[in-house]
Amino acid sequence: MRGWPGAVAAAAVAVLLFGPLLAVMARGGSMPGLTSADWAAVRFTVSQALVSAVFSLGLAVPVARALARQRFKGRGLLVTLLGAPFILPVIVAVFGLLAVFGRGGVVNNLLAAVGLPTLSIYGFWGVVLGHVFFNMPLATRFLLQGWLAIPAERFRLAESLRLPVFRVLEWPMLRSVGPGVFMVVFALCLTSFAVALTLGGGPGATTVELAIYQAMRFDFDLGKAAVLSLVQVGLTGMAAAAAGVLTVPEGFGAGLDRTVPRWGRSSRGLDVIVIALAALFLILPLGAVVVRGLSGLTGLPASVGWAALRSLMVALLAAGLTVALALPMALRSRGRWIGLLPLALSPLVLGTGVFLIAQPLVNPTRLALPVTVVLNALLCLPFAIRVLGPAVDGIEAGYGRLATSVGLTGWGRLRVLLLPRLRRQIGFVAGLAAALSMGDLGVITLFAGQDHATLPLVMYRLMGSYRTEAASGAALLLLALSLALFWVFDRGGRVDVDA
Amino acid sequence: MIRSLGYVAGLCFCATGAAAQTPVLTIYTYDSFAAEWGPGPAVEKAFEAVCGCDLQFVSTGDGAALLARVQLEGARTDADVVLGLDTNLVARARATGLFAPHGVTTTLNLPVAWDDPVFLPFDWGYFAFVGNADAPQVHSFKELAASDIKVVIEDPRSSTPGLGLLLWVKEVYGDQAAQIWADLADNIVTVTPGWDEAYGLFLNGEADAVLSYTTSPAYHLIAENDASKVAWSFDEGHYMQVEVAAKVAGTDQPALADQFMAFLVSDGVQSVIPETNWMYPAVTPVAGLPDGFSGLVQPEQSLILSPDDAAAMAPAAIEEWRAALSR
Amino acid sequence: MLTLEKVRVSQDGFDMAADLVLGAGQITALIGPSGAGKSTLLAAVAGFVQVASGRVLWDGSDITDLPPGNRPVSILFQDNNLFPHLTVSQNVGLGLRPSLRLSTDEKGRVEAALGRVGLAGFGGRKPGQLSGGQASRAALARVLVANRPLVLLDEPFAALGPGLREEMLDLVRDILIGAGKTVILVTHDPGDARRVAAETVLIWEGRAEGPYQTGPLFDDPPEALKTYLGQGR
Repeated sequence: MRGWPGAVAAAAVAVLLFGPLLAVMARGGSMPGLTSADWAAVRFTVSQALVSAVFSLGLAVPVARALARQRFKGRGLLVTLLGAPFILPVIVAVFGLLAVFGRGGVVNNLLAAVGLPTLSIYGFWGVVLGHVFFNMPLATRFLLQGWLAIPAERFRLAESLRLPVFRVLEWPMLRSVGPGVFMVVFALCLTSFAVALTLGGGPGATTVELAIYQAMRFDFDLGKAAVLSLVQVGLTGMAAAAAGVLTVPEGFGAGLDRTVPRWGRSSRGLDVIVIALAALFLILPLGAVVVRGLSGLTGLPASVGWAALRSLMVALLAAGLTVALALPMALRSRGRWIGLLPLALSPLVLGTGVFLIAQPLVNPTRLALPVTVVLNALLCLPFAIRVLGPAVDGIEAGYGRLATSVGLTGWGRLRVLLLPRLRRQIGFVAGLAAALSMGDLGVITLFAGQDHATLPLVMYRLMGSYRTEAASGAALLLLALSLALFWVFDRGGRVDVDA
Repeated sequence: MIRSLGYVAGLCFCATGAAAQTPVLTIYTYDSFAAEWGPGPAVEKAFEAVCGCDLQFVSTGDGAALLARVQLEGARTDADVVLGLDTNLVARARATGLFAPHGVTTTLNLPVAWDDPVFLPFDWGYFAFVGNADAPQVHSFKELAASDIKVVIEDPRSSTPGLGLLLWVKEVYGDQAAQIWADLADNIVTVTPGWDEAYGLFLNGEADAVLSYTTSPAYHLIAENDASKVAWSFDEGHYMQVEVAAKVAGTDQPALADQFMAFLVSDGVQSVIPETNWMYPAVTPVAGLPDGFSGLVQPEQSLILSPDDAAAMAPAAIEEWRAALSR
Repeated sequence: MLTLEKVRVSQDGFDMAADLVLGAGQITALIGPSGAGKSTLLAAVAGFVQVASGRVLWDGSDITDLPPGNRPVSILFQDNNLFPHLTVSQNVGLGLRPSLRLSTDEKGRVEAALGRVGLAGFGGRKPGQLSGGQASRAALARVLVANRPLVLLDEPFAALGPGLREEMLDLVRDILIGAGKTVILVTHDPGDARRVAAETVLIWEGRAEGPYQTGPLFDDPPEALKTYLGQGR
């Protein structure tokens, strides 16, 4: 069980990633060098990604810690909502954010009301704010998993021995989980395009991904697009290597799944403030999306219903495929890094490459939905591996010898030991993959025919023909469906785990 | 996993398979043309009534994505007609050598001369800043630069309106264009990847005006009965966008494609353009333009570069723009 | 009968040598200070550590190269002897069938084993709902039902209080030995060895000596054991 299925999955992923890139390179022919404008884009891309990742992680630590320590009504809902910004189509989330921080947003209205000068969100810090909005909640979810993975017994032991909990338990956990999370957020910000440009305030905020888009769509210079794509791969690779060096494996061992309070006495006041601020930061923009969407719901064209069904199907299949690819790869400790690669590849290059490979063989329009499923599963793989890999290691460290001693090997080990203990993580991964695929736009545009539009595509089409209100309605529908999918899977993974 | 992939395959194949007998005319276009609220459905219905064929739209993003797709497919493309390229994409499209002369001789009502044998206009519009009727307006780029009005524009590297604006400024100011952009820098709230985002930001109150079309207010007036949006008339003239269609040289339905090209500039199509695509039709409909179009800004001067000039000028103009605004 | 034939084990730079024959159907204690190599030796018998040289034999047949699951060996560790997500019955059932697909007859054997260790009626609970002593009993029940004659106990009761630990040791003697199993008990407490072990092996700075009769050994300890006992007090 440990060996060949993982190797097959890893090989398939490598082929699915590099095949398209090679196809784009081959078609592009020459490989032009980078211009000064490209280098400016690389510099901006790296600097905003670094700062965005630092802030996302830095703010996620206190939020995750507070959420791990406190129990309160609505905590489950808040944890689910943490997934929301990340799975929204970029432009919807940006509009939500602007309803709070924009020119006519809540913050500036408050500032104006008390006679203070208003703030402009646009510029470098606007880009960072946007990326923090997208990625801080995600980082919080990852860190929260890390906190929950520390057995409750360890906390009680530390408490009873009056040891500093942060130094003996939490810091080692952060050293083990943090660099990986930082890497993921950094890589996500590297391939950002619309957020950076829209909130960046001008062409100074040009990212490599925009340069790829320009090369692909406006200059039809595939060689250039391939070169820029390789630059992204290189940057992500360096980040991954750095994260690998900085990661210190933890060794908490296993607990008894007891639902005991982890903290006897803790500073509730500060936690409450942190959680309240995080909730506001999350809920206000989402609330704006909801409020704006409600009026548009009635004016939705009939095609939205079919598009929503199509999107649901894509989401469910992509979630299944993500788990099917990620699980065997997570069971092997070798070759897991391949699963992180999709973070580095531009979806536009990936989609174009698949198109180039498929088009001589079959009408690409027929492949629109299957390709969307497969590529979305690939793009979700890094998160899946990030979650499942350490969880498998933890289970093996805690129960591997026991399982081996009673003769649990191969399929039986997976069924009796790993799958039940991975339920929480698998649920989270499937939910994230389903929701992400639901909101994805990057891949489908190139392939979609008249009859294959997904919900986000219909939403953009509405936006592109002045139908802003209906587009807002479609965005709300998308948000609701994505969150519902995420909740169902995530919940399904948690039910009955703590007996 | 195997089973689920089979399921997907089944879903994909069920979409095809019908209509084996009737010839199929495949038209590649951009998304909003083929959308159910766009001109597509009316065009399809009207043409199928006379052609004895099955017209199928394949839509791909915007005009630039459309051309990129045709270029990716090359001579193997399934398209018989490509519909929705804009003036600034024509040079690139012509260079592919994939398109054939249309042979249509209908007289067009464009404000500028257009006699391209391959690329046939079906609608056109003027770029303009669109703002709120009750807010201050300006009537030139210099006036805009001197004001503290905030506008949102599209990026010329990723959007055709953005490129149109760039060429507009270049056409009016020539060597001074860089200075104008530098002066405009503090008026530009932000630059968006495409028209959708820019227009959305404007409607959400993030800017006083947005780069769009003189026909944009007509949508709000006719579809929403809302007269609050106006286009600013610039004394310097307005740059045009002309949208064209072309027949694919390697089409397996040459007769149908020719028939469609002629049909495209007939009254049946042209009369639905204004209230579905919200642009001016290439041939004024027999019944005239809808009421909402009568009060629109009428530029005194129509600006446009030939496709070849536009293609030649764009790279340097983009670099000039980027340098001026990146400071 | 367990035979360690000129066995050498290397683990993390630590070397352990043993050349022993341990009797069947009785408890043998492995006693010695922390870090002397008790657990390393046990891991070698269980198959978690490869021996560098020598052979491990059970009843004359060579088990040196068998994977852990295929050895005639059950092992209880210092902790984590139960899977928290499985019920007590399932945990015990693992001893019969790792696949957990038990026949009615096998289910009956699980119930009977639970009764033997005093956990009748606890089968439906999860380990998190058990006390420390009950968890140890459940683990013993699994060892009891397993068709593995050799039982290795790597200080599984170390975390229990003294009274409870003695209770568990008595249970091991009464039930496991009663069922005909051979038990090797790692401990650092001479009291444990005197209480239940017929023979005792001294583990001392990477070497194993013995086995000795437990009673006479502690009545007249050799020099090394004296030092250890002296340190212990």
